[in-house]
Amino acid sequence: MELWADATEEDTVAGVPARFVAAPRTTDEAAAVLTAAARDDLAVVVRGGGTKLDWGLPPRRLDLIVDTYRLTGVVEHAAGDLIMVARAGTALDALELGAQQLALDSSLPGATIGGTVAAGTSGPRRMLYGTARDLLIGITVVLPDGRVTHAGGKVVKNVAGYDLGKLYTGAYGTLGLITECAFRLHPCPPVAATVQRTAPAAEIGALLAAVRAEQVVPSAVEIDAPAEGPVTLAVLVEGTVAGVRDRAARLEKVLGGQVTEDVPAWWGRYPWDRVGMKLTVPLSRVPDLLGLGAAVRGSAGTGVLYADVPVADAPAVVERLRATAVRAGGHAVVLTAPRAVREIVDMWGPVAGLALMRRVKDRFDPGHRFAPGRFVGGI
Amino acid sequence: MTTLDVVAARLRAELGADRIVNDRQQLRTYECDGLAHYKVIPGLVVLPRDAAECASTVRACVEAGVPFVARGSGTGLSGGALPHAEGVLIVTSKMRAVVEVAPADERAVVEPGVINLHVTKAATPHGYYYAPDPSSQQICSIGGNVAENSGGAHCLKYGFTTNHVTGAQVVTPDGELVELGGRAPDTPGYDLLGAFVGSEGTLGIATRVTVRLTRLPESVRTLLAAFPTTDQAGAATSAIIAAGVVPAAVEMMDALAIEAAEAAVACGYPAGAGAVLIVELDGPATEVEAQFDQVTALCAADGAFELRVAADPAERALFWKGRKSAFAAVGRISPDYIVQDGVIPRTALPEVLHSIGEVARAHGVRVANVFHAGDGNLHPLVLFDDGVPGEAERAEEVSGAIIDLCIAHGGSITGEHGVGMDKAKYMPRMFTDDDLETMQLLRCAFDPAGLANPGKIFPTPRLCGEVPRRHKAGEPTPAELF
Repeated sequence: MELWADATEEDTVAGVPARFVAAPRTTDEAAAVLTAAARDDLAVVVRGGGTKLDWGLPPRRLDLIVDTYRLTGVVEHAAGDLIMVARAGTALDALELGAQQLALDSSLPGATIGGTVAAGTSGPRRMLYGTARDLLIGITVVLPDGRVTHAGGKVVKNVAGYDLGKLYTGAYGTLGLITECAFRLHPCPPVAATVQRTAPAAEIGALLAAVRAEQVVPSAVEIDAPAEGPVTLAVLVEGTVAGVRDRAARLEKVLGGQVTEDVPAWWGRYPWDRVGMKLTVPLSRVPDLLGLGAAVRGSAGTGVLYADVPVADAPAVVERLRATAVRAGGHAVVLTAPRAVREIVDMWGPVAGLALMRRVKDRFDPGHRFAPGRFVGGI
Repeated sequence: MTTLDVVAARLRAELGADRIVNDRQQLRTYECDGLAHYKVIPGLVVLPRDAAECASTVRACVEAGVPFVARGSGTGLSGGALPHAEGVLIVTSKMRAVVEVAPADERAVVEPGVINLHVTKAATPHGYYYAPDPSSQQICSIGGNVAENSGGAHCLKYGFTTNHVTGAQVVTPDGELVELGGRAPDTPGYDLLGAFVGSEGTLGIATRVTVRLTRLPESVRTLLAAFPTTDQAGAATSAIIAAGVVPAAVEMMDALAIEAAEAAVACGYPAGAGAVLIVELDGPATEVEAQFDQVTALCAADGAFELRVAADPAERALFWKGRKSAFAAVGRISPDYIVQDGVIPRTALPEVLHSIGEVARAHGVRVANVFHAGDGNLHPLVLFDDGVPGEAERAEEVSGAIIDLCIAHGGSITGEHGVGMDKAKYMPRMFTDDDLETMQLLRCAFDPAGLANPGKIFPTPRLCGEVPRRHKAGEPTPAELF
């Protein structure tokens, strides 16, 4: 494929067709592409693995898809320093780091590093390791005007200059094109065990509190709650052979549960069929989200859960979940929905600090050409 | 009346006379922060009691076009809270309420003037603590920690302030109160909180901070290992990391730093050590037990001639006392000193230490080395005597050469003390013009008038009204697009 090509019928973003597709192999090529796009006033959406193109709102306009499928590979893996640098198009589950790991769970097979950072997705183990924002230590971004810029560096500890990596993380590609990311790594734990317990929804709050009280440092505390019926709680512990045996046994006792070697099949997978939501609440309010007409799954250990909203009743259920989350001090975002639903529900819900966010967007992308309209408040 | 007099009169009327300091003698007590060789007497000092008063103060500054600088406890080591002679210094020391401790949510909400250690003290009865622990934690404020993204000895395992702050109420540089983040994780929209933490007071002032509380570890074990040389201590550190152990802390001191610590606090480190390592493991008891034996064996294998295990909290505190007092302690062996803060990839430690030694010898000054060995954060202490002509200049040259070594090895000019006034000049050595201009885009979004802590972080001021480069004329303005 050439650097630039005409778009095909498949090259759409949330239903909006593009005119061109560009597939740069290097940051310099990406800069050339974006400089040309700026000259011709093209609206741009970045595509990685294409696993989340249906998320957010459709772009207000779209000319060019920048595809990162050739912008791949680990540039550097300094095992002794527990860091690595990889190009944005590298698939998260294709990373081979020996006895070390980038502790970011991939919730969608094929998701790239760039897409994971840009969408700010996370999985069960965020409880112990944090999310992309916490693990990212440096970033290379081509700005909408084509300039190549860096923030952070290659060392874990660094407070020189603004931490722009955090600004780009979760920005949905509205501020520029991420071409390279540097991350801190963690050693792979020798062994792991999961403790599971299925219980009525009414008991989940007490069980979660019991896990918190026990000083066993779980890597993840997940729940899987169908729209009705009992809820499964699964706790992951990782570490040494002796340590994991002891910690799992303690959890087994506290939960009245069962130790399994493997995580359950639903682990780290989004629960939705067509309408998917992300719900965030303070820890003590996680049980509030159960029994509201949607299946809920996710990190009860951090208060970040996902809901499968039935299409037929979507507006009412979205409203109910959002009211509950907001009352608790959290948020409820519709990540993906078919067009008919998207047109009648508020996808993002209330967002504080929107005026300031618009000012940031205006500075980074004054022409509003990058993923226009995809993000909060029509950014 | 000067502009500042107008601001003072307005704030005296709005907030009350007791919030204002404009007596020359009293103003002088605020002339510097922890980096005492930069001194500027502030034009005016305001001590707001709450967020509303803080916002009123900023609004008064904005309307008069007067710069303002925020200050917490004044312990910063980069001149980040250095006052502006024609500006207002906003001191948060009267905003010291622990608003809420919510163990069930693993959060605490505090005002910016609250002392770091007081958060842990408030949380400990509930079985929790606040993880970031800068050496100054007994006096430094949370607001200052947020501004500087403070680290500490235990950030190797637990991360920095930015990983433990989930929300902040902020007075923006135009005097508005906004909520960034919150009690729940992952607030939708740009992670402005992530950008705010560590912005050194240039994007606004935090007036209320929501922090993550961490469950107290079941077990803590601390090892003091004495080595003949820093090379061996460095090799042991590498071996620990290579074994897949992530200690809560790995701290190293060299012979000169040990000598100073002994003179100051009599910490009783093993005699004749060329280097000591403090290695601390924490977590579930069975995990700590298994890994502690491994760590001890690795230190022995790399030549540790004495291994002491803290038998109780008192002995553990003594191990740490030598390390935590190290900066001040060098005052016992040198009339003057520069505290440097740089970062290198940890594996470059032996090479960089040798280079530092060579540079020091060539300039005829001594360098004591204290560092967070686990994450490559160096704190070389460059010793000199200001009474000897030329020595201060030579010390300054050595200090600068150390920063160059950090950059040459792919590291950073600051790991935790911040850029502030002190290191703005080094920023272009680490970042390109385009990198720095991109940071300015963020600053201009928050502070188009350039009134929030001007002159810090960035070497050259840039006006925000400038049209971005390569921006086409005739494009619709943002207002027209929305």
